[in-house]
Order: sequence, then C-alpha cells, then structure tokens
Amino acid sequence: MTRYTSVTDDDLREMLAEIGVDSVDDLFADIPGALRLERQLALDPGRSEQEVYDELRALAQANVSTEDEISFLGGGMYDHYIPAMIDSIVQRSEFLTPYTPYQPEISQGGLQAMFEYQTAISELTGLPVSNASVYEGPSAVGAAGYVAKLEKGRRRFVVSPALHPHSRETLATMAGGWGMEVVQASLAGGLTELPELDEDVSAVIVQQPNFFGVVEDLEPLAATAHAAGALFICACDPLPLALLKPPGECGADIAVGEGQSLGNRLDFGGPSFGFFAATEALMRRVPGRIAGETKDVDGRRGFVLTLQTREQHIRRERATSNICTAQALNALAGVIYLSWLGRAGIVELVELMMQRTAYARTRLAELEGVSLLHDQPVIREFAIRLDAPLERVIASCREHGINPGYPVGRDYPELTDCLLVAITERRTRAQIDRLVEVLGAAVAANRRSTEVKA
Amino acid sequence: MAEPSYPEDLLYHEEHDWARVDGDSATFGITWYAQDALGELVFFDAPSVGAAVERGQSYAEIESVKAVSDVIAPLSGEIVEVNEALSDTPEMVNQDPYGEGWLVKVKLTDPSEAESLMSATDYQTSLS
Amino acid sequence: MTARWFSAAADDELTIFERSKPGRRAFAPPELDVPERPLDELLPASRRRAQPPRLPEVAEPEIVRHYNRLSKRNFDLDTGFYPLGSCTMKYNPKLHERVAALPGHAKLHPLQDPARAQGALLLMWRLQEALAEISGLPHVSLQPSAGSHGELTGVLLTRAFHEDRGERRTKVLTPDTAHGTNPATVTMAGYEVVKVGTDEHGNVDLEDLRAKATEDVACLMLTNPSTLGLFETGIEEIERIVHGVGATLYYDGANLNAIMGICRPGDMGFDIVHFNLHKSFTQPHGGGGPGAGPVAVADRIEPFLPRPQVVRRESAPANGAGRVHYDLDYDRPKSIGRLRGFQGNYGVFVRAYAYIRSLGASGLREVSEVAVLNANYLLARLRRAGVLEYLPAAYDRLCMHEFALSGAPMKRELQIKTLDLAKRLLDHGVHPPTVYFPLIVDEALLIEPTETETRETLDRFAELVVQILREARGDPELARQAPHSTPVRRLDEAAAARRPVVRQAL
Repeated sequence: MTRYTSVTDDDLREMLAEIGVDSVDDLFADIPGALRLERQLALDPGRSEQEVYDELRALAQANVSTEDEISFLGGGMYDHYIPAMIDSIVQRSEFLTPYTPYQPEISQGGLQAMFEYQTAISELTGLPVSNASVYEGPSAVGAAGYVAKLEKGRRRFVVSPALHPHSRETLATMAGGWGMEVVQASLAGGLTELPELDEDVSAVIVQQPNFFGVVEDLEPLAATAHAAGALFICACDPLPLALLKPPGECGADIAVGEGQSLGNRLDFGGPSFGFFAATEALMRRVPGRIAGETKDVDGRRGFVLTLQTREQHIRRERATSNICTAQALNALAGVIYLSWLGRAGIVELVELMMQRTAYARTRLAELEGVSLLHDQPVIREFAIRLDAPLERVIASCREHGINPGYPVGRDYPELTDCLLVAITERRTRAQIDRLVEVLGAAVAANRRSTEVKA
Repeated sequence: MAEPSYPEDLLYHEEHDWARVDGDSATFGITWYAQDALGELVFFDAPSVGAAVERGQSYAEIESVKAVSDVIAPLSGEIVEVNEALSDTPEMVNQDPYGEGWLVKVKLTDPSEAESLMSATDYQTSLS
Repeated sequence: MTARWFSAAADDELTIFERSKPGRRAFAPPELDVPERPLDELLPASRRRAQPPRLPEVAEPEIVRHYNRLSKRNFDLDTGFYPLGSCTMKYNPKLHERVAALPGHAKLHPLQDPARAQGALLLMWRLQEALAEISGLPHVSLQPSAGSHGELTGVLLTRAFHEDRGERRTKVLTPDTAHGTNPATVTMAGYEVVKVGTDEHGNVDLEDLRAKATEDVACLMLTNPSTLGLFETGIEEIERIVHGVGATLYYDGANLNAIMGICRPGDMGFDIVHFNLHKSFTQPHGGGGPGAGPVAVADRIEPFLPRPQVVRRESAPANGAGRVHYDLDYDRPKSIGRLRGFQGNYGVFVRAYAYIRSLGASGLREVSEVAVLNANYLLARLRRAGVLEYLPAAYDRLCMHEFALSGAPMKRELQIKTLDLAKRLLDHGVHPPTVYFPLIVDEALLIEPTETETRETLDRFAELVVQILREARGDPELARQAPHSTPVRRLDEAAAARRPVVRQAL
C-alpha cells in the first residue's frame, strides 16, 4: 500500500471476490502476454515524504533565484512582488483541487472568478470579449494566428521583429501546419515599420511594449493592417496597460499576452497564463473557456461555461482551438492581484516602475562605454549596448551578486554586447545605483575602444 | 413545439430539412425531428444573400447549447433572403420550425429536383 | 435534503466589482526613491489612455472575504469524490505544494543562465528519464503545456517526420471514441480527420482500420485503454497495419493510469506518446489548469523534437574527472521549433517529479493495479445492486481503470436521463461521472474512481445510484428538477449562449 491508497489485505480479498477473479493479475488478462512488463520499472524505489522533501530542497538550492541575486532579467517574465493574500486563496482546496466547471451548480466559485477575470482583462485591453485563459504569451499569439487564419483564410502573417522571439517562433511552428508563412516587418529606431501589404495577409502582429521595452505607435499600424483587409493582433504586457492606450482603442481586433506579471510566480517559465481578448465580431471564434452570466430556475444569478460550441468537446475537428485544460488557477491569481492593485494602485505601481526605469536608463546611459539602443519611450524595460565583451561584464556583475539583464544577442545576432534591462518595483534606487556602479566598472575594465562621451 | 409535426404541404430531405416550393422559389428550414434532437437553439450561422446552395450540401450551421449541426440544402439555388429575426430569437426554430422558424428563401436553379424529395408520410416513415 | 459539503452563504454573491467603492484600496506602493520626472516627458499623452482601467476598489479584508466566500460555492476533490471518466481525479499530495513553493524553484527566472539553474535542469532531466522509462520511449520533451498541447506537438512531429522523408500525407485517423481534443488537434495541425469505427467488443474495428489506412494517412491517434476503459486487444495488429502504410502511431496518454508498470506504449509500438501530468501525475486541476503535456518519442522522431531540449553534457576532464552538467540545447536543425515560451510549466514538473520519487517503481505499479481494481470493484458492486439493469455496461468485458454505462434503458423505463442522474448526485455531495462521452454510447456515463478512493467511498457511490433509481421509480421529477440543494440550481445555458454576457458592465 502506498501512502495514497487504502487497500488492505482484507479489502483486497473481498474486492477480488466481489469482482469474481482470483488475483489482481487476472484483471489485466486483456493485455497480450508479449506486451506485459516482466520486470519492475527501472526507477528508484519510492521514498518517504521527508526524503523527497530533502531532495527537492537540494535541487532548489542548486538554483540562483531572485532571492539569491539582484536580478534585472525581464524579456517576458518579471520579478514582481506577489502579495501574501494570493497564496492563501489559491492554495485553498476549493480552488486548487476541483475539475473544470462542467457542472456549474457546484462550481459557482470558479465560474464567478472567471467572469471577474474576464472583466478585468477586458478593462485592461479595451476589448469587450475575454476568455478565461490560455497557456501563456507566445502560444496565445499562435492561438490568435489560428483565429485569423479561420477568419481570413489568407496565406501570410506579417509580424514585428520586436514581437517576442518565442512568440515569433511559436507562430512559425504552428503556421507550418496551416501552410502559412510568417514574414517579418522591419524595425526603425526601435519602432515597427510595416512593408506594403497585399491582399494575402491574414493578420499583422505587433507587441506593446515591444521586446526591447519600446512603446509602439499602434494606431497607424492597425490602420495599415485594416486597409489591407487583415486583422490587427497586439501582444501586450498587461501592467503597462495601466498607462498605455489599450489595444482595443487603437484598432486591435485581438489582444493577447503573457499574464505572469499579474500575481504569478516566475517558476522558471511556467505555469503562468495567457490572456486572449477580442472584438464582439470575433466572439464566436475565441478559443478556450468563456464564463457567461445567466439565471437559474429560481431566478438567481449564476455563471456557466458558455459558447461551448466553439470548443473541442463539441465542435471537435471544426473547433476554434484544441485547448481543453488551460490555466484557471493562474488566472485566478491574476484577478486577485488586479483586485489587490485596484484602479488607483495599478497606475501608481506602473508609474513607480516607469520613474525608476527612467532613472536607471539615464544613469546607465551616462556611463562611458554604455549607450542606449533606442531613445523611444519605455515603461519598465530597455536595451543598452556595451563597448565591452558582454560575457566578462556579466561575470563581473555576478561576482557582486547582480544579474544585469538578458543578452539579446542570443535572439538578435546583430545585437552583440546588448543587454535588456528590466526594472520592476522590486528594484530599489539603491539596487539600481549598485548596478550602475558595478556595470560601469566592469565595462571600464574591459573597454574595446577608447571613445569618451562628449 | 411539443408534439411531432410534419405538414403535408412540404417536401422533405433525409437530412431532416424541409422545402416549401412555390414555382421556381422555395423556403427552407429544419424539421421537427431535427430541432428536437438539437435541443434549444442558440445560434444560426446564416449564409449571405447571393450565396449558392447545392442540393445535399451544407449551406449553414445551427447550434444548440451542446451541439453544432450542418444544415443541408434540400434543393439547389441562390439565396435571396435570410431570416434575420433568428439572430435575436433563434429559439423560434424550436417553437415554429415550419413557420416563423424558416431559415432561408432560395431562387431554385432546377425545380425538377423537388421530385427526389420525400412526402410528409414517407419522411415520417423513414424516421421510425 | 442539504448537501453537507458547502456552507450556505448569501443567496446571491456580489462580484468583486460590485463590492467596489471609489477610494478604497488594498495596495500601497513602495516609496518613490528616485527623482520624479514629469509624466509627459516619459510617455507622451498620445500614447496614454484617457482613463485608468476600471479595476475593483476594495481593501484587503474585503478581497480575502470575497474569494473565501466564493471558494465555498465550489465543490472540490479534497472534499469529495470525483468519479470523472477520462480525468483521473486522484488525490493531490500536499507535499507537492510545499516543494513547489521553495524559492529556488518558484523564484527562478526562466532566462537565468543555465549554469545557475542546474537544480531545475537536473530535475527536468530526471523527470524526462522517468517518463521515458514509464512510457518505453527514450526521448522526452517537457515543453507542451497540457494534453492537447502535447497532441498538437505530436501531430506536428509526425508532419515533420514525413516531410523529412519527402512525403506529403493529408489524413490522420482517430477512433470514433476519441476525445474531442484529438480531431480538433488534427485540424489545427493542417490534416483531415478520418474516423475509424469501434466493433461490438469495444475495440477499434480492424476491418475499418485496414480499409482506411492508406499511404495518404500520416498517423493514427489512439489511447489504450480506450476512452471506453477497455484495452485494445488488437493493438499488435493495429501497430502492424499502421506502420505497414508508413504512418506513425500516436498514444494519447489520458488513460495512462491503467497501465503504469504493467505495460508500456513504447513496447506496443507507439512512436509518440503524450502524458497528462495533471492526470496520472497528481498536478492539481485548479478548476481548469494548469497542467502539462510532455511528449516521449521513438528514435526516428527524436530529431524533430521542440527546441530547446534539456540535455546532459560532460565537459572534458580538467583534472582527471569530467564534469557533468545540464543545459538547454537550441542546436536542433530539424526541430519543429517552439510550441510556447521558455521551457514549459516547470512548477508542474516539480510536483510530478516529487510524486514519482515518492512512489517509485513499485508504487507506480500499485497505482495502476488499484485503479483497475477499484474500477472493476465498483462495476461489480453496481451489478450486484441491480443498477446495470437500468444502466448497462456498454460492453460486457472486464474494464480497466474506468467503465462506460448507457443510460438509455433508464431513460426509457424511469423517464430520467443521464443528465438528471448526474444532477441528482450533486444533491448527495458527489461529483457526477463524465456524461455524454464517449459519443458512441447512448446516454453515456463514464466512471473512473482512481486508486486513491477507499472501498467505502465506492460502496457509498453504488448505494447512492441505487437510491436515485429507486426514487425515480416513485417520482422522476426529483431527479429532473435536481439539484435542489446546491448554491444555484439548474442554469439557463441556452440564454447564456444566445445573448452572451461575458463581462460585467461597469
């Protein structure tokens, strides 16, 4: 008996008798002999809870987390402060352990939370219809691409080069199955520039703020897309939407994005959630679960999964997506976080980050051997170019307990020695000053050239 | 409509669609059997006026809460009118499948196709 | 009758937006410790929104109370039984939450230098190895985020495999018992779905399969045991037929709980397998996710696996000993690319890994043995109680970890449908089984008890079904109007679909 099963010897005897077989082995009689495993699985024996805990703790300690260094890493996921309230709620059995709410009468907690989440996402994005979550950011872009394909049926996507590299790659992987092509637009001064669009484009996809942290000018891009009869899809970072004109007001047909910043752990990349919002016209094409308001037989307000005919369990091969299990618990953390921030708080938080980001950007730009990649407005992330080998600078920063940012050269080979620096509300002025000091010294010690600033 | 009903003056297709033929025009809809099987209808994904329909082929989709169904054209032609009222009250198809619940009006390309459709009696027999 | 699992709160729960009052707040920002610059300088007005998003304005105690009260309107697995066929609702060990919350796991940035994430990469490596051993297929990608994501990955791998050999195939076969995600995936991967029938024993119809398995077929997607809870006795012939036309054989791992340590899909000849870590491997369902859907593949599919792969490297010996370390390998020229950002749902890997380490080889085998024992026992109890006269088993065979009943006789003779039985179970504090799936069983009820339920729970479930049937004989309206004692009663789903209201109007 494992610690999670309850079959005693007495139970076993009586249950086998009830079934009418002699042994457990008899229950597997349908399996051809040649396929039966004649040995134990080659796995270690099971361990006690405390031994498993010790192993998992040792593995945790072999990782350098945001508690072990001052981290300026961004690039799609961010070190934000998660209020204690969130865990106390999402760890409740009633939210953690139930199934998808197919029986709405006993799932009103989860369904109402979805409805509240959908409302919050709709507010952030400026689009009327939000679903109850998809997996995460890049695959949300893929899902939006699928909707554009179903809606328009044309052969190409045109994407900004500053759409997150993982989003571009995911879209390309999925588009391969649709016989569609992904074509890149260009970037000028950090802003997306679209080529001339013909009638063969299903959607134009940009990111706001883009991968380099730059705030794009969405309206002209949307207008260009629509003039060519294409959909305009905006992948957006949710917190900056507190200040930025929402995609829905800029002409976006679909807004998607990565929800990790909203009350979810970094967790080495997942689980988080993706959000997906769209215009009324696209409502019946939206993928995934959608909670809708209705009444019960006694006239009480209640919530149900609605428009289920879009989904795989009903529409099967003609579904708007194959998604089944999504990220409900993470979306719950998201709506609790947004409720915690509140209408005033989200603005204050993002303004704080923007001020600190501006400070960091100014101070870094003043350093010899450091230049800004772009001079466009940013919110909480920006790119710098170093006149020194990046590896050495990073190593030096590391010795001082600082992770200075993400080397964008990995995804943009032409941008050697460039770092993407993210400033969240967790990065204090003192920490930013330290970054400037340490990075400045490291660059100075490893300069390629001897140019000085005017 | 609670009780099964198959008006005598209509012609029926085995995919549970009816046609009311009037010279070289016809009105199409789904039968009592079809709306009963689908349950309470929530959405009629209507075709556009001017679209061509072909006998035996799907020309629209109709949805209940738990099912989606293709609607099959009993005869070939061109759509001249769509029942706009159904976008607000699709449940009309359940309540009055042969009257207010009509789906489309069509200009027939080959009225003689009507000879291959079933009478009310033959259709009802086919259901049992 | 009151269902004891939920404490009756107010009849009508306000939304968090309805609890808002202007000026209330829960959040206080840290102090601004840098020189403040004018907003217009940092972000031109043309880029700014006119009004902030209308998020709730509520203080912390009210937020906590709101979500706590909402939680009490939810049934959940820690509270009661969920015999949901195809879902594997087994106990979620609490240790897993403790280890997943360790900062070294929870606060690890996905773009951290792999050299400084060795714990995470080692954990992923070991999980891959364990899943490879369980499935019998050596190469694993942990990237997909859920079962359907794994399915999409698998079919795209199949496409890449065929295209690499210069072949363009257009069809994928799925049984008519397939879970809806299978055909939906096929279309998303750009193939045409062809359905294969089921024979009178509940197995894939081999004649139908032979007829439809042409050289234009890229893949057969199958689960074994099937969604009927029955082992495909013809699996060896199925493998011959499918591989005989050069197609790949894909295993939907939703029903893995029946066979761990007993037999392996790799040994059955499957080329690609996906796992549902939120089914057999105890990731909590969370009311609809998160999950994870890793894939395991045979040698010939390995080159196409998503990028990056977690690999184990040995550096050249510096002073006598080579150093083993773990890395993310992007150098995969034939890879299908990415299906998502970063490395996958790592938090889910932590929990699944802890589970596998807790149970070990013999523990996992016992899981499947007891899962199958419990299902057969419940079926036998229902039979002895006379339930099968109204709800006959769809196929008269030993089941595996789940079984399908048909409510058609019950509908005819007692005038209550499977839906009504399900709703009446809610009044008794039990989640109903899966209903109306698989599609080929009329008025289907698919029951999967899982191995973590006691015999007493199964006995009680059987008694409840007996009671509901008996009650229906006297007064079918009780079931048809059920549930009576839940926070809300039957909801108007037609109205919700006709005129959808999917957000609060503010």
